[in-house]
Amino acid sequence: MQPLPRHHSVFFLIMRRMRAPLILLIAIMAIAVLGLTLAPGLPDEQGNPVRLSFFHALYFMSYTATTIGFGEVPYEFSNQQRLWVIACIYMSVAGWAYLLASVFALLSDRNLREAINTQRFLSAVRSLREPFFLICGYGETGRLICGALDRLGYRVVVVEIDSGRVGDAELQNYAADVPALAADAHNPEILQFAGLTHRHCAGVLALTNDDSANLAVAIAARLLAPSVPSLCRGETRETTANMASFGTRHIINPFEKFSEYLALALHSPAAWQLLIWLTGLPGTTVERHRDPPRGPWILCGHGRFGRYVVEALDRESMPVTIIDLAAASDHEHAWVVGDGTGAKALREAGVEQAAGIIAGTSSDVDNLSIAVTARQLNPELFVILRQNQFSNHALFDAFESDVNMVPSEIISHECLAVLTTPLLVPFLEEMKRRDEDWCKRLLERLTGRFGWKVPAVWSERINMSSAPALYRRLMRGTSVTLGDLLQAPHNRHEWLQCEAMLLHRDDDNDLMLPALKTSLRAGDELLLVGHAEARADLRLTLGNEYALNYVLSGEELARGWLWQKLRPGGRK
Amino acid sequence: MNLEKVIFGFFIVLAATLNFGFFVGEIDNPAHHDIYELFAALVVSLIATVLKFGDRTQIGAVHLSTSLVADLQLIAAAMVWGYAVHVAGTGMTPEMTASVVSLSGGALFANVVSVVFLIAETIMQRR
Repeated sequence: MQPLPRHHSVFFLIMRRMRAPLILLIAIMAIAVLGLTLAPGLPDEQGNPVRLSFFHALYFMSYTATTIGFGEVPYEFSNQQRLWVIACIYMSVAGWAYLLASVFALLSDRNLREAINTQRFLSAVRSLREPFFLICGYGETGRLICGALDRLGYRVVVVEIDSGRVGDAELQNYAADVPALAADAHNPEILQFAGLTHRHCAGVLALTNDDSANLAVAIAARLLAPSVPSLCRGETRETTANMASFGTRHIINPFEKFSEYLALALHSPAAWQLLIWLTGLPGTTVERHRDPPRGPWILCGHGRFGRYVVEALDRESMPVTIIDLAAASDHEHAWVVGDGTGAKALREAGVEQAAGIIAGTSSDVDNLSIAVTARQLNPELFVILRQNQFSNHALFDAFESDVNMVPSEIISHECLAVLTTPLLVPFLEEMKRRDEDWCKRLLERLTGRFGWKVPAVWSERINMSSAPALYRRLMRGTSVTLGDLLQAPHNRHEWLQCEAMLLHRDDDNDLMLPALKTSLRAGDELLLVGHAEARADLRLTLGNEYALNYVLSGEELARGWLWQKLRPGGRK
Repeated sequence: MNLEKVIFGFFIVLAATLNFGFFVGEIDNPAHHDIYELFAALVVSLIATVLKFGDRTQIGAVHLSTSLVADLQLIAAAMVWGYAVHVAGTGMTPEMTASVVSLSGGALFANVVSVVFLIAETIMQRR
């Protein structure tokens, strides 16, 4: 797609194309009207021929040329006039037909339609007055993230190279309008049109399946909008290294991420469960997994994914046997050359004694076949399945594997966690450093209170714009503790269904799981986990002075100047 | 030489000259102002307007606006003429003639501005 000309180009394109038919029509009408005024009509009482005036000639031509045809007005025509009218009719009908044909040809013109679509997209992006995310690439991952962001109430702008997928984005039932453009994200100008430099742009997500396009987006974001956080998907080491050198804030490699999760799961199962529960897609329920066992593992497929997994298993010092069709390229591990879908290669790799198997080839059918065969040989086996295509989920759901590794889901979980709750990342990092017992206790407590459904995870900053009531009170010197704040604004003897996970202070260390008696300061930022209703209630407490006063003291403040005067001590 | 430029210049200058031709003469004397000349001036002015469609430059935009002004004035003049002859039924009285001619005088001014732009653009481009 070509870079777009100036924004009013559509109007000019139409005017330029309509020039010839319009001039032709003006000329035909002018000749016809002139001829009618010159043609002699029937003689009047004195015997002089009556001529049509310009007014009558124009009137006559207007209804004749447009084929309305009122007849011979205002008086009957002479034969000379009729002769001229015949010529006029044929000329003018041809002129009108040409004009209409040009209009319709123009309207169905592909270039014009594209220009109009682009125009509409541009004005839609320009008129956004709330924070929005720019998503490049509307594949499986893009769709998941769009849906989740839309449900969370964020606006989204999509750039996708495939026009079919753009059509799909328009058909989806999103709560808010999602402007989508079929264009190549390689082009920085397109990114600018899509709002990269817009002042409400809250983040850029490069999620295409083309690493070079993702890299191009990372570079454009870094140079054109350095303050906008960018998240990029990168599947090869070279690309991720390149992105990192450009200062991309978050690079998401689904294979590397999964191998990290796997290492975490082997190392500390509770921390892993907690992580899955906290970063799940909003509105879904997390299934409780069997913890991955320690012992010998088998890996089928030593590709991009396989290599990361081997590294993860090495870090946890688990012995691993690799099955691959290619000859051994890694001499540190046991290697079986063969087809993992057959029992022979699996037996050779020692499936009967193995603790777990990872079906990690790039073919979904092969992975399922490996898993089914391996389960038959050893029913106790812990099975990790790599699912390449989201559309195959029916098959993967039917086979009850222990863990499904879906790249698009991993990327979307990570993106959502990073974008919507920046405080979650430091919390998870700190959690990984804690011991297994701590994680286990926390997991039991949280899931016991809120259930296994993915909770609402959000952060609140105590400042003038997002918590005006509390901020003013803190500025007046009142001491407010976290426990005061977490009381329900409709009944202060009940607790809000949420818990503070992390307290972030710019000038102090972060506080993990702050106690209820912690007193708050202006500028603090809290990470909270709980039910979505608790979020709305807490927002009321933070923003509404009367609700805050009730929560803190149990008294209703007098509203309005008169009542404050009448009631002693009404205003504190 | 560019044929497009020739046609463009031709219509702009012709619109101005026809308009001037109609305008000259005693302002309230119908004998000095021919209806066919007004008609020709209006048609040529409309064509000149359409020719200016689709020009994206700044000067092109001002060109278009002067042409639109001329069209508006000439159409108003033609409507006054039609009103005098067919609706009021008084024919071309000196008052009516004067108002038609003064309207066309306004159009003439717009056309002159248009010609000035044409000359200015030609000098500016030196091509």
